[in-house]
Amino acid sequence: MIELDGVVRVYGGRRVVDGVSLVVPTGALCALVGSSGAGKSTTLRMINRLVPMSAGAIRIDGTDVTTVPVEALRRRIGYVIQSIGLFPHWTVAENIATVPRLLGWPRERIAARTDALLALLRLDPDSYRDRYAHQLSGGQQQRVGVARALAADPEILLMDEPFGALDPITRDALGAELALIHRETRKTIVFVTHDMDMALKIADIVAIMHEGRIVQQGAPLDILERPADDFVREFVGRAAIGLKLLALRHVGESMRPGLAAAGEPVDEAAPLSEALSQMVMRRTDRIPVRDAEGAVTGSVVLADLVRRA
Amino acid sequence: MRSRRGGAASFAAAAAAFLLLLYAMPAFAPLFARAFPDVRPPIYRFQSFPMLFLSHAEIVAASSLAATAAALALGIFVTRPAGREFRALLGALAAIGQSVPPVAVLAIAVPVLGYGARPTFVALTLYGFLPILANVIAGIEGVPAAVREAAQGMGLSPFQVLRQVELPLAAPVILAGIRISVVISIGTATIGSTVGAVTLGTPIIDGLVSDKLPYVIEGAAVVAFFAVLADMAFERIGRRLRAYAENAA
Repeated sequence: MIELDGVVRVYGGRRVVDGVSLVVPTGALCALVGSSGAGKSTTLRMINRLVPMSAGAIRIDGTDVTTVPVEALRRRIGYVIQSIGLFPHWTVAENIATVPRLLGWPRERIAARTDALLALLRLDPDSYRDRYAHQLSGGQQQRVGVARALAADPEILLMDEPFGALDPITRDALGAELALIHRETRKTIVFVTHDMDMALKIADIVAIMHEGRIVQQGAPLDILERPADDFVREFVGRAAIGLKLLALRHVGESMRPGLAAAGEPVDEAAPLSEALSQMVMRRTDRIPVRDAEGAVTGSVVLADLVRRA
Repeated sequence: MRSRRGGAASFAAAAAAFLLLLYAMPAFAPLFARAFPDVRPPIYRFQSFPMLFLSHAEIVAASSLAATAAALALGIFVTRPAGREFRALLGALAAIGQSVPPVAVLAIAVPVLGYGARPTFVALTLYGFLPILANVIAGIEGVPAAVREAAQGMGLSPFQVLRQVELPLAAPVILAGIRISVVISIGTATIGSTVGAVTLGTPIIDGLVSDKLPYVIEGAAVVAFFAVLADMAFERIGRRLRAYAENAA
C-alpha cells in the first residue's frame, strides 16, 4: 500500500505539488491523470525520492520512504519512464538484469529471470537477449524497459507516461498487456498519463490532477458518472462521457438471455460501446451475443444500452 | 567501414615500417649524402634514433598519463553536484594553460626545475590537459538525461552511475580527447630539446643550430611517423570501445 499524505513540492517559489493525499491499496493500479504541468510526474518521482518532498509524508506499507536508504528503496520499486532510458552500452539482457545484479543474484537465476521476462513481454528471448537498444523499435524498447522494471520482482511499479512516446497502435497494445500483467502479478502500480481513455480502461483508481492538486479520485465509473466539477467533466471528454461509460461495461451485463437476433454475434466480453458501434453500422437495434465458447446465448438491445447508461 | 582485420593489418604494417625507419636510418646515408654533400656525417649520430625515440616516448607517456589522470579527476569532480560551481573556473584555468605557449612554460620552468626532461614534462602536461578535460566534461554531460534518470531510479548509487553508466558511455569521447592530446604532445615534445631533454627534437635542434638540414629532416620524419602511428593506435582502441555501436546495421 502506498499512502501520500499532504505531499507538497515547492519549486522556484511555486507549489508544483500542493497537498496531494492519495491511497493506493496493495495490488491496485492507480492512474494519475492531468494535463502537462499538473504535477503528476513530480508526485510520482517523490515516491521513489528522485524528487525531494517539501512537506508531507509518503509511506509504503506503513514505512516512511525517507527513513529507508534511498538506493535500497529504489531497488524495491520498478521505474519506467517515457524516454525509456535503456543503457545503450548494454545488451537487452544486461539491461533487464540491472537491479538483480545490484542485488547480487547468482548468474543462473538472473539468466532464467531475464528470459522469463522477455517471454512475458512477448519478445523471443533467443532473438532479443543479445541485442542493443538501438536495434529495437520504440515499442520493443519500452517492452524491455518494463521488463527491466519488473526484473527483481518489486512490489511496486512506478510508470511515468510509459507509452506516451509510442504510436497509438503500439500504445494500446502495450496498455492492454500492462493490464494483463497487472492482473497476473497484482503489483501495486502508479501510472502517470495524460491519456484519459487509457486510464479509464486499465486503472482501478483514477486520480485527476490540476495545478498541483488532486481534483477528483475514484473508480473510473465513479468519475464518469459523477464528475466533481467542470474541469473533470471537460477533461474526461464532456461530449463523449456516455460512450466512455458504455466502453467500461461488457455486453454480457446488458444481454437479454434467450432473445434471438440476426447477423454476426458480438462477444459477451466485448465493451458495450462495440455493440453500439455495430448497431449503427448494421442499421439495426439488436445484435446476437455469443459466450466465450462461441455459442449464441441471447441478444443485446439498443433501448437497454440507453437505459443502463 | 574497414573490417577489423584489415585495420589490424594496416596498423601492423605501419608499425613495422616505423621500426624499420628507426633502426635502418643509417641505410639512408647515401641518399642524404647525395642531396646534401656538405653535411658530414649525413645521418645524425650523436645518439641513435631508437634511443631518441624511447626517451621521447617516455616523456610523452609520462606527461599524457599525468594530464589524463588530472583531467579525469577534475572533469569528474566538476560534473558532480558538489563540484558544479567550479566548472567555469576550471574551464578558464585550463584555457589559460592552453594559451600559454609551451616554450614560455619551459622558460618559466627551467629556473625552478633545472634543465632536462622535467620542465618538458611540466610543459607537456599543462598543454595536454585542456583537450582531455574538455572531452571528459563533454563526454559525461553527453550521457542522455533519460539514461541517467533510469540509472538513479533503479537504485544505482552515485558511484555506480559514474562507474557503470557515465564513464563507459563517455569513454569514446574521453579517448578522443586523449588521442588529440597525445598526438599534439608527440610534436610539441621536440621543443624540450631546447632545454636539454633527450627527444626526437634533439637532431632537429642540433640541425637548426649547426645549419645541418638533413638532421632536421631525419628528426622531423621520425616524429611525424610516430604521431601518425600513435593516432592509428588510438583509432583502433576507440573502435573497440564503441563495439556496441558497431553491431548496428
